[in-house]
Amino acid sequence: MMDMLKTENLCFSYPAKEGEESVPVLKNINLTIERGSLVAILGHNGSGKSTLAKQFNAVWLPSGGKVWVGQYDTANEAVLMEIRRRVGMVFQNPDNQIVANVVEEDVAFAPENLGVPTEEIRQRVDAALAAVGMSDFAKHAPHLLSGGQKQRIAIAGVIAMEPECIVLDEATAMLDPRGRRDVLETVCHLNKEKKITIIMITHHMEETEIADRLIVMNKGEVYLDGAPREIFQQVNELRKIGLTVPETVKLLYDLRQDGVDVPLDAISVDECADAICAALKK
Amino acid sequence: MEPILKVENLTHTYSAGTPFQRNAIEHIDFEVRPGEFLGVIGHTGSGKSTFIQHLNGLLKPTEGRVYFNGQDIWASPTITQQTRFHVGMVFQYPEYQLFEETVYKDIAFGPKNMGLSEDEIDYRVREAAGFVGIMEEWLDKSPFELSGGQKRRVAIAGVLAMNPEVLILDEPTAGLDPAGCESILAEIRQYHRAKGNTVLLVSHSMEEIAHNATRIVVLDDAHIVMDGTPREVFARAQELIKIGLGIPGVTQIALALRARGLAVDPAVYTIEELKQQLLRLKGGEAVC
Amino acid sequence: MLKDITLGQYFPGNTLAHRLDPRTKLMMVVIYIIALFCAKSFVSYGILALFLFISVKISKVGFKSLIKGMKPLIIILIFTAILNMFYTPGREIASFWVFTLTVEGIWSAVFMVIRITLLIMGTFLMTYTTSPIALTDAIENLLNPLKKIYVPVHELAMMMSIALRFIPTLIEEADKIISAQKARGADFETGNIFRRAKAMVPILVPLFISAFRRADELATAMECRCYCGGEGRTKLHVLRYQKRDLLCILLTTVITITVVIVSRFGY
Repeated sequence: MMDMLKTENLCFSYPAKEGEESVPVLKNINLTIERGSLVAILGHNGSGKSTLAKQFNAVWLPSGGKVWVGQYDTANEAVLMEIRRRVGMVFQNPDNQIVANVVEEDVAFAPENLGVPTEEIRQRVDAALAAVGMSDFAKHAPHLLSGGQKQRIAIAGVIAMEPECIVLDEATAMLDPRGRRDVLETVCHLNKEKKITIIMITHHMEETEIADRLIVMNKGEVYLDGAPREIFQQVNELRKIGLTVPETVKLLYDLRQDGVDVPLDAISVDECADAICAALKK
Repeated sequence: MEPILKVENLTHTYSAGTPFQRNAIEHIDFEVRPGEFLGVIGHTGSGKSTFIQHLNGLLKPTEGRVYFNGQDIWASPTITQQTRFHVGMVFQYPEYQLFEETVYKDIAFGPKNMGLSEDEIDYRVREAAGFVGIMEEWLDKSPFELSGGQKRRVAIAGVLAMNPEVLILDEPTAGLDPAGCESILAEIRQYHRAKGNTVLLVSHSMEEIAHNATRIVVLDDAHIVMDGTPREVFARAQELIKIGLGIPGVTQIALALRARGLAVDPAVYTIEELKQQLLRLKGGEAVC
Repeated sequence: MLKDITLGQYFPGNTLAHRLDPRTKLMMVVIYIIALFCAKSFVSYGILALFLFISVKISKVGFKSLIKGMKPLIIILIFTAILNMFYTPGREIASFWVFTLTVEGIWSAVFMVIRITLLIMGTFLMTYTTSPIALTDAIENLLNPLKKIYVPVHELAMMMSIALRFIPTLIEEADKIISAQKARGADFETGNIFRRAKAMVPILVPLFISAFRRADELATAMECRCYCGGEGRTKLHVLRYQKRDLLCILLTTVITITVVIVSRFGY
């Protein structure tokens, strides 16, 4: 089976202002995202992670190298719609991506654009709202919903395109813990049940625990790439670039420094407690 | 010591007289002493935004009174206006309120409204800029040329420049990356230490509150449901979870360890503390 | 404080007035307005008032909310009435300084007030029973023939519906900015008109910047959802005329013709 996304020597710099040198934002990135995977991309502000996300559905085009969505080259303008319907995008500010003033009308926006017949739009809207658990809100006005609910509506709006991949560009950054949890649960559900490939851009370490794969970006380059479990063990590398590790790993790391023999790959609270118990028993 | 802020029986009703009428906060009694670093926590809709906007007279109580240094802040319009200078408020996403041509002018907006002299304004602007790490050469730049984190610092400096006796910050770290969060919090701690002012930090993050505040107030469903030191508050972990606020990661680990029979303190909330306890346990007898 | 403002307020319901196709309602209002301008006597106004009265009864909106909606327009109403009263030439009743009160003037003022009141109430009834989004759809649909002469009908309708969508968001934002500037001691209540206008700068600048930022982000988000203009778009809700729509338009037309005829004969 073909990979979902692939970048080949991807380079990118924003168009330079007059008299200024353009600064490269992405440098020679080679990544392959497998179909059906849940990938988290982590990095601090200015690491290039959001710019990378916007390469995946041709919001930005490479300055050098290639980006492939399935068999489509994002630089090929003739297949732009094919790319955008396959790779949906959810942005940071929930208010600035909702178009209509009734929830179901908003979810219908993409299928309407694609010229889907009316009866099918109805089915897609109902299915998309059910998938994010917002069916009861179909007739509501979006501005009266909470941040987390708005973001789930935005996800539903993307699902209605029946995409193969959804990119969440810091979609939880503006939410409270409850909204964040709801969005993450929705995302997990879509990945597991509907087999939609998910790419999650974030700077919250805790959110990456649900991912199969974690890519850490720094200064426009891929800094670390692997399973979250492996990456969290590299506490020093992460600290060096201004990122933190989950509290569980921090504690285990500190205990190790003081000579307690505990493993570093116990991420969840229960795993961590088990590991500490086992170490103290010795 | 006399409380610097005191709230008595405070109730605020929205949309009074319509079918949508509801009390955002109900019969709240509350005091802050000078120099305290207070954490305020509660999820969206708990009434915490409504509550803090009463403390500097932006909202008028439907019922009850607010006192600043023993003076009812609604006694006269002049006193209400003065209270806004004494109780500074940094709103969520404060960078969206910047409007002046230069960073300097924007920070000077508050002090200017206070009617201070040019020299005093200049001193205040530079001092406030210093606290949040705004460099001298930025002062003449347009605030809109700066990055998100820098804009937020300018906005915070705009409130610090009024030299408020009480500083209220509504989620000052929302949307920032971990390094950005930590440096803003460090600047606030530094400001608190240097000035000895009172600080109220509103946050969603239990860790953020746990690591900074000396006292925590928890709001839920229009009421203050807990008020005490971090240790006292986190000792009531089950209630916090029930409210839907969660507890700091370290406290979670401590509870999990207790469930496995280790005698650690269930209200511990810093990694250092928990580590020390575990090392002591290791030195003594393992009870697993 | 800004939150109390409602624009194009819509009272949801399920009466005949709500269920009618929005295009029908729009056309009825246009025909009704034509009738209003043809009417010249108490009899013809009476017919239209009765028509409005029955429509309001059917809609269950209630006269109270209609009259409440009129409130901001009372000053304009009084002003036009006074102008008509004193500046219509005819038989003089009384005169002082530059004002001359005439019999014709009084009649003209009375009719003017009745006409404007009926007009406003009629249009309000439509906006009260039609959701803004349905209204935009109707306008787009009715103006569709204009596409032939290159009028960007779809774009205009899209702009209208996005504006409606963002009004509450921007009001909320304005509220926040006002609070934030007040907290920095901004004073919006005192001083003369120039001072007050100047005091608006700290609100308007951030509001504009934010509106532009939102527009930019929204445009990207729309493109990501495959938006590329009106060509080839389908709809979730397709407007379909029913029998009742035809009947209602016929009824309104008949009433208008009656009003025209009645006015012809001077009643």
